[in-house]
Amino acid sequence: MSLDTAPRLDADALLDDPQTRIVVCCGAGGVGKTTTAAALGVRAAERGRRVVVLTIDPAKRLAQSMGIDALDNSPRQVEGIEGPGELYAMMLDMKRTFDEIVEAHAEGDRARAILENPFYQSLSAGFAGTQEYMAMEKLGQLRARDSWDLIIVDTPPSRSALDFLDAPKRLGSFLDGRFIRLLTAPAKAGGRAGMKFLNVGMSMMTGTLGKLLGASLLRDVQTFVAAMDTLFGGFRTRAEATYRLLQAPGTAFLVVATPERDALREAAYFVERLEADRMPLAGLVLNRVHESGAAQLSAERALAAAETLDERGVDDAGSGAKSAGAAGTDTASTGGTDTADTTGGTGGTDSTGTEGAAALLRLHAERMQVLAHERRTRDRFAALHPEVPVTQVTALPGDVHDLAGLRDVAELLTAQEAPGA
Amino acid sequence: MSGLQRLHVVTGKGGTGKTTVAAALALALAADGRRTLLVEVEGRQGIAQLFETEPLPYEERRIASAPGGGDVFALAIDAEQALLDYLQMFYRMGSAGRALRRLGAIDFVTTIAPGLRDVLLTGKACEAARRQDKHGRHVYDAVVMDAPPTGRITRFLGVNAEVAGLAKAGPIHNHARSVMRVLTSARTAVHLVTLLEDMPVQETVDGVAELREAGLQVGAAVVNMVRPALMDEAELERAAADPAALAAALSAAGLGGASRGARAERLVAPLLRQAREHTERLALERTQRAALARLELPQYELPLLTEGVDLAGLYRLSGELGKQWPL
Ligand SMILES: Nc1ncnc2c1ncn2[C@@H]1O[C@H](COP(=O)(O)OP(=O)(O)OP(=O)(O)O)[C@@H](O)[C@H]1O
Ligand SMILES: Nc1ncnc2c1ncn2[C@@H]1O[C@H](COP(=O)(O)OP(=O)(O)O)[C@@H](O)[C@H]1O
Ligand SMILES: [Mg+2]
Ligand SMILES: [Mg+2]
Repeated sequence: MSLDTAPRLDADALLDDPQTRIVVCCGAGGVGKTTTAAALGVRAAERGRRVVVLTIDPAKRLAQSMGIDALDNSPRQVEGIEGPGELYAMMLDMKRTFDEIVEAHAEGDRARAILENPFYQSLSAGFAGTQEYMAMEKLGQLRARDSWDLIIVDTPPSRSALDFLDAPKRLGSFLDGRFIRLLTAPAKAGGRAGMKFLNVGMSMMTGTLGKLLGASLLRDVQTFVAAMDTLFGGFRTRAEATYRLLQAPGTAFLVVATPERDALREAAYFVERLEADRMPLAGLVLNRVHESGAAQLSAERALAAAETLDERGVDDAGSGAKSAGAAGTDTASTGGTDTADTTGGTGGTDSTGTEGAAALLRLHAERMQVLAHERRTRDRFAALHPEVPVTQVTALPGDVHDLAGLRDVAELLTAQEAPGA
Repeated sequence: MSGLQRLHVVTGKGGTGKTTVAAALALALAADGRRTLLVEVEGRQGIAQLFETEPLPYEERRIASAPGGGDVFALAIDAEQALLDYLQMFYRMGSAGRALRRLGAIDFVTTIAPGLRDVLLTGKACEAARRQDKHGRHVYDAVVMDAPPTGRITRFLGVNAEVAGLAKAGPIHNHARSVMRVLTSARTAVHLVTLLEDMPVQETVDGVAELREAGLQVGAAVVNMVRPALMDEAELERAAADPAALAAALSAAGLGGASRGARAERLVAPLLRQAREHTERLALERTQRAALARLELPQYELPLLTEGVDLAGLYRLSGELGKQWPL
């Protein structure tokens, strides 16, 4: 099974379908999730939809060119869209999103007490999974506002694509955990029978932890937990609601990967996970794929030809000191006849032509080796998941940092013909 | 061994090759009969994958021998385990520790205070770097840490100051302060791995500024996955100026006819297009190199291994590092 037989992902059809309300771009770090999300946003808007793109960590120049480098944690309209629709974009501010939840759910003094607590501050800035949770939260908020008919979400730069799905639950279960319940309401958590044991347990524990961490630290934790208590239930309920939103019809996942082993392994995990959780996978975006307009010339032949030319070049230079070596003479002379047959009057530039051609051939050989490697990795994925629709995006020589670049990526993403090959 | 450096912290943007470079560095530092410890702190078993071994336990284990004789040990540090160790070591609290764990308290403590988790992780690495045998000799010539990515590294290392502040007294406070002393000393250096691309270089530049600001010593920039420069602009211009000569040369090399529409002639345009992409990329890489040069750090380069990094490839990278880096 190879990639060439995989069904082709029709991204335009996905974007044009009014039933499509949320598109989630996920994948391993650095593969092009943010780029893909932004490119799809531009495309959908230029084809008439009213779109918002929630980006997490756009490259600086990309954010600047979209006008979303100022962090105000809410969508702004992107200028320069050429078409009937509208594009809004924003960059997630994780801490601010967290603060906003606290402010929305706790009154003045209580909210302030939480926001100022040192533990809240370290939790909101650094808890593994906070970013994923806040991305989900923001997605829920955007959806609730109902001002856009298409929301495209980028996902945080996690090491693993699955983090996006798992982290909110982890945060939820952590906040709901047994120990937190003990700290907040020891008696309640233990029930009648368990109460005594737990109280003993508690005092031993707070004693130990107090010794270890210093009593003031533990007091900070307890105050924080007590103040957050009412919020916890809310957190979990909200996380669950957003999770359900991801399972609802109208949501589509795009898995982004580069044709490299690690990235495609992550992509495969993600595909399997979506299936298990009955979340709708639209397809795989294979990004930064290399191509060649001269793929009919193999790496081996190109290298052999380059060597032939090197030897010829030495001969042409006529520096008798350097011997070209006997092995080359044969090919060189046949080559010579061929040249004479087919072209005329290149004598003067022959040695530049020879050197140039040898360099071009070496470059080509390198390119073909990359292609072969990428093809092997892709085919392995295709063998595992032959049903997944795929689209490819060529590796552009530079990075993608403006609307024009995004349009190029979108054009490749939605092209119905496999490029090059 | 250059100077006092014992603890090498390897960071970089996600996916740039932190784990690979950390492992290659540990191998290079172990060359000629030395002994190094390679530690990971994110519970991902990246080291085991790279060395093609079983998942690492929370235990220092020999995983490779270095060229010229020498040993690389590895350890996957786990924050919960480190806390339990710590409780046991200072309080002989083995069983209480286990009870705490059952209640979820250990998880709670290491999670709610990310700073605490970090101090346990860095603390363990510092301990290994300082550890001496009964003759007062260092057990490891160097410890190399496969650290969290650039975006989190300053917090991760500097967090000990934060913990020391949060825990205003008590053993954790003291522990955090002593770890911080090692981390900010001349014995510790933070190295940054980057690619010659916009985002990783930008992160490197920002990261170096942050690290320096926090009083941490930055060691080297390691440019990873460098692709060879096969043709420069001048060569390309010269070649492109005379497509007929190129066609003739390709034809002479046996790739078909050179006349218009013949096989060799049809190769010229796509080959030139590839060359243009190549020189365009080289030009972008030059700007990235210039940005890195402004950091005034020693800079080492590792080639892209097109087939990916297997064990043989890892030794090759380690050899490259050893050649360039005065270790
Ligand atoms: N010089 C190289 N040539 C070819 N491939 C490389 C090279 N260095 C690293 N790689 C590959 O790049 C991928 C990422 O490398 P590695 O896992 O070391 O990065 P990392 O920075 O530790 O990633 P993470 O942020 O996920 O921890 C791996 O597949 C690795 O084999
Ligand atoms: N097809 C492509 N060709 C060239 N560069 C690309 C391509 N796709 C992405 N990039 C570049 O790769 C870098 C990482 O992309 P990004 O979208 O931020 O990845 P992620 O969000 O998955 O971490 C950016 O500098 C981006 O411009
Ligand atoms: Mg991103
Ligand atoms: Mg790693």
